[in-house]
Amino acid sequence: MNQPIRRLALFSLALFGVLLLNITWIQAIQAESLREHPLNNRQYVDRLTVPRGPIVAGNEQVAFSELDEESEMYQRVYEGGELYSHVVGTFRTTGANGIEQTENSFLDGSDSRLVVRNFLDMLTGQESQGATVNLTIDPAAQQAAMDALQATGKHGAAVALDPSTGAVLASVSLPSFDPNSVSSVTDSGTAAANWGELEQDEAQPLLNRAFNQTYPPGSTFKIVTAAAALEDGATPESTQDAPEVLNLPAGGTMPNAFGAPCNNGSPDSLAHSIEISCNTSMANWAISLGEQKMAEQAEAFGFDTGEMGIPVPVAPSSYPSGLDDSQLGQTGIGQFDVRATPLQMAMVAAGVANDGTVMKPYLVDSVQGPDLSEITSANPEVYSEAVSSSTAEDLKDMMLLVTEGAEGSGTNGAIPGIQVAGKTGTAENGSGATHNWFISFAPADDPQVAVAVVIEHGGGSGNELAAPVARSIMEAVINE
Amino acid sequence: MSDALSTALPPVKRRNAELVMLLLAIGVTLFAFAEAGLTRNGELPPGLFAYGVTFGGLSLLAHVFIRFFAPWADPLLLPLATVLNGLGLAMIWRLLDATGDTENGSAMSQLIWTAISMIVFALIVFFLKEPRILQRYPYIMALSAVVLLLLPLIPGLGMTINGARQWISIPGLGSMQPSEFAKIALVIFLSGYMVTKRDVLSLASRRVKIGPVKIIDLPRMRDTAPMAVAWGFCIIVMVALMNDLGTSLLLFGTFLAMIYVATQRSSWIIIGLAAFFGACLALYPLVYHFSVRVDTWLNAFDPDVYNGELGANSQQLVRGLFAMGEGGILGTGLGGGKPGNVPEVQNDFIFTAFGEELGLTGCMVILLTLALLVQRGMRIALASRELFVKMFASGISFLLGFQSFVVIGGVTRVIPMTGATIPFVAKGGSALLASWIMLALLVRMSNNARKPAPQAIQDEGATQVISR
Repeated sequence: MNQPIRRLALFSLALFGVLLLNITWIQAIQAESLREHPLNNRQYVDRLTVPRGPIVAGNEQVAFSELDEESEMYQRVYEGGELYSHVVGTFRTTGANGIEQTENSFLDGSDSRLVVRNFLDMLTGQESQGATVNLTIDPAAQQAAMDALQATGKHGAAVALDPSTGAVLASVSLPSFDPNSVSSVTDSGTAAANWGELEQDEAQPLLNRAFNQTYPPGSTFKIVTAAAALEDGATPESTQDAPEVLNLPAGGTMPNAFGAPCNNGSPDSLAHSIEISCNTSMANWAISLGEQKMAEQAEAFGFDTGEMGIPVPVAPSSYPSGLDDSQLGQTGIGQFDVRATPLQMAMVAAGVANDGTVMKPYLVDSVQGPDLSEITSANPEVYSEAVSSSTAEDLKDMMLLVTEGAEGSGTNGAIPGIQVAGKTGTAENGSGATHNWFISFAPADDPQVAVAVVIEHGGGSGNELAAPVARSIMEAVINE
Repeated sequence: MSDALSTALPPVKRRNAELVMLLLAIGVTLFAFAEAGLTRNGELPPGLFAYGVTFGGLSLLAHVFIRFFAPWADPLLLPLATVLNGLGLAMIWRLLDATGDTENGSAMSQLIWTAISMIVFALIVFFLKEPRILQRYPYIMALSAVVLLLLPLIPGLGMTINGARQWISIPGLGSMQPSEFAKIALVIFLSGYMVTKRDVLSLASRRVKIGPVKIIDLPRMRDTAPMAVAWGFCIIVMVALMNDLGTSLLLFGTFLAMIYVATQRSSWIIIGLAAFFGACLALYPLVYHFSVRVDTWLNAFDPDVYNGELGANSQQLVRGLFAMGEGGILGTGLGGGKPGNVPEVQNDFIFTAFGEELGLTGCMVILLTLALLVQRGMRIALASRELFVKMFASGISFLLGFQSFVVIGGVTRVIPMTGATIPFVAKGGSALLASWIMLALLVRMSNNARKPAPQAIQDEGATQVISR
């Protein structure tokens, strides 16, 4: 019976071989990602005794660590409270989120690019320090967005991008919360309880609506429809039937919001349809273009391209598929199952502003070592070539009519002395009053900022509720 | 016989080599103690001298004992067991005593159990001159194995810990895990039984053919009875009544290995595995404890599973992996990590504490030590001449190896967690004692296998007088 014993011995050896391979996988290859796993609270608990680098917006430290003399632990302080909470995130004893999580290895100094310096610090007996993370956020724009959004008294979100780079200049989500209330190291019990309460809160204050909530974009999506039409060879003067109520081909009807035909009953031009936000003609555009061209155009702006990390996670926006002609018509005005994050709609505006090129959004401008040497620096990337520059030019002219035209539907977005290109949206949804949108960019001839604002269940119009918010953000950026 | 000759071990004692390796093992242990104490509390552990004298002294006594009573024993066995036991002891001291956590026991009780184990080790080596006498009582062994396994089911005596009913409480002595000893009794029974039934189990068969192609030789229906009994026992009693997945898996795995060694027929393994996994699939939705284990294994990193209710979440498993990730390649050094983040780390999850503090390097050392121990055991089985001893030695070695795989594979997420202890390393008196009993049996069998065959008294003449 020696042969089976030999085989059994080999089999036992193979079992140990499996274990050896597995621990090598865990401890050598996966170790880094295990250490940074979101469920792993060691990275937070263990490192409360190390000074963490600050997070900076503009010239302000919006998050920094302060030594608590009594407990000898470093307390994270969030200057500005709820103003930056969704972007910066929180650093708690039980976890972290936002930039605090995604840039943790820089902030706590464990990143390999900081290791040599830390080693030197150890040799010289100096305390090692984390790196400084500089955000792209413009404090003035952020404050303007927060103030204007709070003035509406509703839930909602606003995002501002620099169209030429993709840098996020402002990102606000309401309701918000004060990160200082959940990050105490000396009273971690209360902090954890507060966090638990926020998690349970039905208003979802922890949800970053700007990046992680999708809404039906409503009429702001008409920009995408118009882009698809122009790319297909149409001109701003091309027309479609624009009755007061459109009988959809596969059943159902679609009325215009203002209860009248768009061009006194005659077919309406694309430019005029955008200016007055005509539903029926834009639905006809979508139907005549077909699902594939619509989907391709949406994708070119960033829909259906999966989750993004900028570096904080961004939920995917989606354009539906498998549509009948009625549904297709509805997607032409951003209804049916079209879903977009505010960031996605800001990317649409930014793409038009930047001659048709959408830049990849990003939040971290640079990372500096404790000695102020630059460790990483943002490198603006092209996200997609959404439309040709002539199409972008046409779209810009149409969007200018929205704020400046005789029948403009978004005149509240206009800024005296500066040309603003915009588009309103009022989105029906299954769960209550309409969501009110405004997307825009300015100045039209040299765009510095592109904005998307959504007022959750505002129940008014985009012009009424969202456009003033967008305007004050744009003003804050331009007036600097 | 030529087969046996080719596998014979060289007739050398190598006792001095054993002594050197043993001193190394004791040195490693004491160094581990010192390092843990210095890192944790900035001073040498206050009990270092006492631990050193007791543990080192006992191990050296065991060595002297082997010198006298089993001089031909394999020289690797004792040092390997000693270094595992010593590292376990140091880690338990570091986890419990050094952190002031004395609720979960202390290294002192582990040291006492080490002493008891070594005494039992000596007694077995001394009294059990010929392991084959165990062959005479297969059914008594089977009965005692079953009784030991079922003891925890007796109301008042049995205790349920962490969902598994595998403990009994003895007033004044604390808790025991009788299944640890049942495993050994079962290996003895199977060795004796298989040796006698070997021919019928291996030869009588029905050949399954498709056309002219031979597919498999199936055993006759009536010969599958032992398999059916083992299967029924493992599934119904162990899993359904006692929730003791670990022991069930161990026993059935060892059973399959031994029937394979006896018969050299893969059809037994195929039938056995099919029956076992079939039963597992059927029981999966029915036994709550079972589905919990599988769910926490497959979806360990799902936040809902991680934060699930007490006893049904993957926190222990995932935190164990985090601990190992924290350790990386070189570890934090003994005493430098935070292994206490893993709940109940001193028991099944002690491996993750090694992973964190000694890193991949230390874990590899432990795994290789265990693997070497198993391979030495298998080597003894090869070198032995009697069928019963071959079965017995290979059975025990496989049990040691498979048990290590089940528990370490469980905590490192290769297989679902089942609950078992790393031989020699983990905290627990019964487990430690059972490990040392197995070591004593291996030492005795290796001595007999390596001892030179009896010499002829005279060089010439036809008649030889054999002395034994």
